[in-house]
Amino acid sequence: MSVLGALIRRDIRIAVRVGGGALIGVLFFLTVVVLMPFALGPDLALLARLGPAILWLGALLASLLTLDRLFTADHDDGSLDLILMSRTPLELVCAAKALAHWLAAGVPLIVATPVLGLLLNLDGPATLAVALTLLAGTPALTFTGMIGAALAVTLQRGGLLLAVLVLPLSIPVLIFGVAASNVAIAGQLSFSTPFSILCALSLASLVIGPFAAAASLRHGLD
Amino acid sequence: MRLSGRNLRCLRGGREVFAGLDFDAAAGEVVAIVGPNGAGKTSLLRLIADLLTPAEGTITLEGGDSEMTVAEQAHYLGHRDAMKPALTVTENLTFWAEFLGGAPADPAACIAAVGLSHAAALPAGFLSAGQRRRLSIARLLTVRRPIWLLDEPTAALDLASQRVFAGLMTEHLATGGLIVAATHGPLGIPARELRIGGET
Repeated sequence: MSVLGALIRRDIRIAVRVGGGALIGVLFFLTVVVLMPFALGPDLALLARLGPAILWLGALLASLLTLDRLFTADHDDGSLDLILMSRTPLELVCAAKALAHWLAAGVPLIVATPVLGLLLNLDGPATLAVALTLLAGTPALTFTGMIGAALAVTLQRGGLLLAVLVLPLSIPVLIFGVAASNVAIAGQLSFSTPFSILCALSLASLVIGPFAAAASLRHGLD
Repeated sequence: MRLSGRNLRCLRGGREVFAGLDFDAAAGEVVAIVGPNGAGKTSLLRLIADLLTPAEGTITLEGGDSEMTVAEQAHYLGHRDAMKPALTVTENLTFWAEFLGGAPADPAACIAAVGLSHAAALPAGFLSAGQRRRLSIARLLTVRRPIWLLDEPTAALDLASQRVFAGLMTEHLATGGLIVAATHGPLGIPARELRIGGET
């Protein structure tokens, strides 16, 4: 466990240092959300109705932005070679790296959501609902995105390929994330149904993601 | 302990790099792989480290820990130094000591052994090429592993550092280790040559 702990600590430390991904993700999220009212116009009711969808899209794109460096950075500087040679199972290493990425890049997005909710005319409960669905749903984005990151590891400019590979996989998360937030705001249907499915998607990707990423890392290495 | 390869054939991108290659390395011995550029020196090291799969042939280790693979008992020092520019020298080395497991030596002592104590708190991104190489060499000292796979270990090292490194290699051999090194220049210690890919 101390081995994985060391890896998580290192990745978080790199992410919060200069040039790391943690702050860039939040800034991008902020930019996307701030641009929306300018594009949609000052219709407060419309903004409130679209708010959850905008926040979810922003979070999805922001988490993709930093995901492509997840394995590429380690591949480029040779760390991946040493990681592959170690006794620690590659599946656990992948899971630890994804967890570190979520803690460093995913959690700040959730923390920033209440502030950004203000810009979209969302009231307190609605913002809370969106933050809660992001908390439940962003692990799924990271752990499915990791599969794409592992596939694109040997490519020089894999970022775009990553987006093309990963975005279709994140459609179910987006649908149920936004649905759960809207239900919580409008309140006609039960909140627990879409929210349970969102949690299930996250749990499934927690299991599948590390195995798929480890398999593609092993296969892609040359 | 004896590391040997028999009838190894290596393909890279569908092209044959070498075939029918045999080698032996015993404990306390240095095998220097020499050959022209592109002859497959790095590929051979990566085959031993299990980072590439041989198209034919086998690599066996006699007398090692039977519970572990060859790769798990080996240190690999490649062209790329596996150090993060954003982390300090000490942080980088402490991470590898913890990650590689076993009973890690004190990182500060390893940094001192390669003469980098003055830069211990500096981010690795500010180090020169030779200093980065010395930091990679310090990694070999953090965790005891009997097999050292070294790819151009003396590249970018000044003469004083080469002598220090030769001393560290001699120490490793004296404690029953073995070294396989791909090299163009002299290593500074007696080595058995393994020539691949014709004359240089």
